[in-house]
Amino acid sequence: MVTPRTAPPDDATLRAAAATVPDPELPVLTLAELGVLRELRIDRPTDQDDTSSHPPDAPPAARVRVRVDITPTYTGCPALETMATDLETALRQAGATEVTVRTVLSPAWSTDDITVEGRHKLSAAGIAPPRPTGHAEGGPVGLTLTIRCPRCGSTDTTLLSRFSSTACKALRRCDTCREPFDHVKEL
Amino acid sequence: MTAGSPPPAAPAATSPSEPARLVGEDATAALMLGDDALILSHRLAEWTGHAPALEEDVALANISLDLLGQARTLFSLVGNEDELAFLREERAFHNIQLVEQPNGDFAHTIARQLYFSVAQEIRWTAVAGSPDCPTPIRELAAKAVKETAYHRDHAWEWTLRLGDGTDESRTRMRRGIEVMWRHTGELFVPIPGLPLDEPALRAQWLTALETVLAAATLTLPEGPDADAWTAGGGRQGVHTESFGFLLAEMQHLHRSHPGATW
Repeated sequence: MVTPRTAPPDDATLRAAAATVPDPELPVLTLAELGVLRELRIDRPTDQDDTSSHPPDAPPAARVRVRVDITPTYTGCPALETMATDLETALRQAGATEVTVRTVLSPAWSTDDITVEGRHKLSAAGIAPPRPTGHAEGGPVGLTLTIRCPRCGSTDTTLLSRFSSTACKALRRCDTCREPFDHVKEL
Repeated sequence: MTAGSPPPAAPAATSPSEPARLVGEDATAALMLGDDALILSHRLAEWTGHAPALEEDVALANISLDLLGQARTLFSLVGNEDELAFLREERAFHNIQLVEQPNGDFAHTIARQLYFSVAQEIRWTAVAGSPDCPTPIRELAAKAVKETAYHRDHAWEWTLRLGDGTDESRTRMRRGIEVMWRHTGELFVPIPGLPLDEPALRAQWLTALETVLAAATLTLPEGPDADAWTAGGGRQGVHTESFGFLLAEMQHLHRSHPGATW
């Protein structure tokens, strides 16, 4: 359904709408902060360049087509379909008349794609952020840093299991405050 | 798709948003690797609710989910995922026999995981780095190899803990390593569409296994790595007795309620 609008949305509005969609499994982060929102292309076709997929209820002048590329954190990530639906809903609410969400695998997602802001938000939510993987070509050699307890800040933590509540997390325990916590494991 | 039919010879009609389908040998490669991932995923999912500890339940389910993701990606390169997973007959599955072996006790499962995940990490690394392999499979390989490293690590740690553990755990781990060994001969049989140096990959695999088994106070079995009676093997669609039961459980819901959604 298309809500009648006085003017079509500008690109910035659409980009902001996509950038603020939260991750279904880590809702403290947006898809953009998680680094899974790869690309967003906006075009405004007129009848001259495309008549094939013209929605009958939208006047030609108001057509706004958005194509979004997302990438899974893990190949088996079950949240991918929800991400696509959430993006489509947000973009349509912002005024897009046509939304296509495509899944791309290359280049493969890495925890290095999580933004600085995203790392702070993970920490604040009690989830230890991933360490740098050191995969960057030509960059400095990665150091093995200790993983801090997101509750008390202690570096004295032990791995309980490499696999936790979701594929992207490991389960650890703080040996100072004795609380278990999730850690987004490096990928 | 007719059950038992070979991979499609011509591209199926696709909408503009769908990726192009692989054909010929490339499709065969995707199907073989996808079948390995799907069947092992199913076997590992059988542990859900039965693993020796909660953390292990979660770990095996996570590994299963990663493999399911690989299978779905590979199947979508060939045809309809659901049809490929749920509507093919036993002889149309091209997975190696190792992945269909029953879970046995926990040590059997870890032995199967060790043999397979070490091999899969080596294979994905090779595929990702080979310009002669089909691009969509290379892209998946580059993605999957990072997850597979965690699977290998999981199997590796458990092999050390069980092998270098109590008399009971060591006996069970040794038995698992021996029982699964006779199904490993297929791991490095050349796959059509993937021109890789299989003997070199196998040499890497043996070196890795010798390292971990030595640290676990165990040794590589000396017997044959294939049974004389297997007459070919999983890659040709010939499977072991328990595979039919696995398929019955995996497929019955979809076959009983075709097209069901929730």
